[in-house]
Amino acid sequence: MKVIVAVKRVVDYNVKIRVKPDHTGVETTNVKMSMNPFDEIAVEEAIRLQESGKVEEVIAVSCGISQCQETIRTALAMGADRGILVECDVELQPLAVAKLLKAIVQNENPEIVIVGKQAIDDDSNQTGQMLAALLGWSQGTFASQIVLGEDSAKVTREVDGGLETVNLNIPAVFTTDLRLNEPRYASLPNIMKAKKKPIDILTPEQLGVDITPRLTTLRVNEPPVRQAGVMVESVTELVDKLKNEAKVI
Amino acid sequence: MTKKHQEIRDAVTQLCTHYPGEYWRNKDREEAYPSEFVEALTMAGFLGCLIPEKYGGSGLGLSEASAVMEEIQASGCNGGACHAQMYTMGTVLRHGSEDQKRMLLPGIARGDLRLQAFGVTEPTSGTDTSRIKTTAVKDGNNYRINGQKVWTSRIKYSDFMLLLARTQPREAGAKPHHGMSVFLIDIRNAEKNGLTIKPLRAMVNHATTEVFFDDLKVPASALVGEEGMGFRYILDGLNAERILIAAECVGDSRWFIERATTYAKEREVFDRPIGKNQGVQFPIARSYAETQAASLMVESAADLFDSGDSCGAEANMAKLLAADASWRAADMCLQTHGGFGFAEEYDVERKFRETRLYQVAPISTNLILSYIAEHVLGLPRSF
Ligand SMILES: Cc1cc2nc3c(=O)[nH]c(=O)nc-3n(C[C@H](O)[C@H](O)[C@H](O)COP(=O)(O)OP(=O)(O)OC[C@H]3O[C@@H](n4cnc5c(N)ncnc54)[C@H](O)[C@@H]3O)c2cc1C
Repeated sequence: MKVIVAVKRVVDYNVKIRVKPDHTGVETTNVKMSMNPFDEIAVEEAIRLQESGKVEEVIAVSCGISQCQETIRTALAMGADRGILVECDVELQPLAVAKLLKAIVQNENPEIVIVGKQAIDDDSNQTGQMLAALLGWSQGTFASQIVLGEDSAKVTREVDGGLETVNLNIPAVFTTDLRLNEPRYASLPNIMKAKKKPIDILTPEQLGVDITPRLTTLRVNEPPVRQAGVMVESVTELVDKLKNEAKVI
Repeated sequence: MTKKHQEIRDAVTQLCTHYPGEYWRNKDREEAYPSEFVEALTMAGFLGCLIPEKYGGSGLGLSEASAVMEEIQASGCNGGACHAQMYTMGTVLRHGSEDQKRMLLPGIARGDLRLQAFGVTEPTSGTDTSRIKTTAVKDGNNYRINGQKVWTSRIKYSDFMLLLARTQPREAGAKPHHGMSVFLIDIRNAEKNGLTIKPLRAMVNHATTEVFFDDLKVPASALVGEEGMGFRYILDGLNAERILIAAECVGDSRWFIERATTYAKEREVFDRPIGKNQGVQFPIARSYAETQAASLMVESAADLFDSGDSCGAEANMAKLLAADASWRAADMCLQTHGGFGFAEEYDVERKFRETRLYQVAPISTNLILSYIAEHVLGLPRSF
């Protein structure tokens, strides 16, 4: 079996996000970028499937600017076998990424695609579902456990109010939730090996995919600043404030 | 400024995020060894960085090793717990027998053997290494070791130690540094046979000890290289140590600058962020410039070392400049934090103590200056 994992380059989760002065987006110059944490989980899952002997090859795919190669290298250092970058400079929306991934799936013929359930920059939570629909494949979203069989998979999903277990036919798209696994650190020997692994670079044109954005961002704002708290003298005062000022009880 | 080996830096930083300030504060309070952190670094192969691939390591240079150490410190962690695991083996690698290398290096690379204790300093000889009193006397197929070392760090967390001892009296050689030898000592059984280790409580949590040798018998095969050549053997190891510690200082310095900058932007006094005052800005800016300069010196010393060129002066200067930059940055960071800098929970006072060490160890500032004066500038020898 062959697995494709999609990896996105996003602002590192430790970075304090700042909105650009012209409100067109968030500041990304001189900001630490990393692999989307949910995608790390996707890579880890793919590597574990490979280590268990069920999968022969893991391919890491990223779409975006040239620096996304660094994100692919991270996946290669974790253990993926090779990488593909679909290089383009325009802003990519979930539908465009899903179409690009579909084109790559058609070239590579994997049985499984694993993607993060969402990216921590735009929180769209759409790419995996769109890809499954475009391919006409089964989908197991928000997976917290994946048990792979011969031509089916049992996926435990984190849904509102509990866990749901579904049986899916393969080929399938999985999207990862936080509890699926704990991604490994890239070890030094693997970082060095990753430098020698191949990354193919393609363009949307070569894949015949139209990536024109369908949505326009009007304005990006900082969330409202949190108000300072107040100390209350007594329980009575607290109850009074909750009732009359905050009007929550 | 873009730095070399970004992918290695990123991986180290990621590992370090699992060991936040609280972890180090607890270890510091309990004077405990950060075993979990060291284990994670070991398992991820970072400490086997300098071991050649043929012995199972990554076969990389000091340039990459420096990147590892710098990022550990810049993340607020303390590489002092294990930096020696990287470089102590260098003496064996360069001067040891094939048997010694096979016995040791693959184990270090896999992470199941530790060689991170190095006994040079003695209580009475100070920096004047030629006056060490610990002796190793040949006795048939063995050597018998007697004497005392001080500040032998990490020996409680080592399987082997490298020891410098006299095999010939100082007066008997043509030069004071002749007649010393290096031994690779298996300490796993030695504690029952004449080796005594006493922990030394110190200003920093550095797992450091006093070590006593009371007729410790070691096999002749423990000798590294030839008898009497020990001082020369440890010299290139000392250069590696200085360069790596300089890289740690650059990392510390970056941590102090980052903390000071963040705090100066956030802390408001007199209705303005303190960082709006140039009196607060300038020391941070100066620290930044000094750190960049030191970092370039470290890089160039590491490159020289890796190309096999002599780098004594550069290694010393890198250590001097980086240790000075980090110490000034520490002071600046504490000052920027005002009273809060003294609170344990900010980690500033801990890092302040930790980076202070590098003005003294592994070589004190004055001794570097005297090296530059005498050996680089040709000024008259003073001692
Ligand atoms: C926490 C810690 C860990 C250590 N770990 C190790 C270890 O693992 N292994 C090991 O072997 N050692 C270790 N050391 C020892 C360290 O390398 C020495 O402390 C250091 O080299 C200085 O030697 P000394 O303490 O004997 O100082 P001294 O030589 O007594 O010097 C005292 C002071 O006088 C100055 N001085 C001396 N002579 C001159 C001169 N001629 N001109 C100008 N100034 C001079 C020195 O610069 C210094 O400031 C450690 C030390 C510490 C504090």
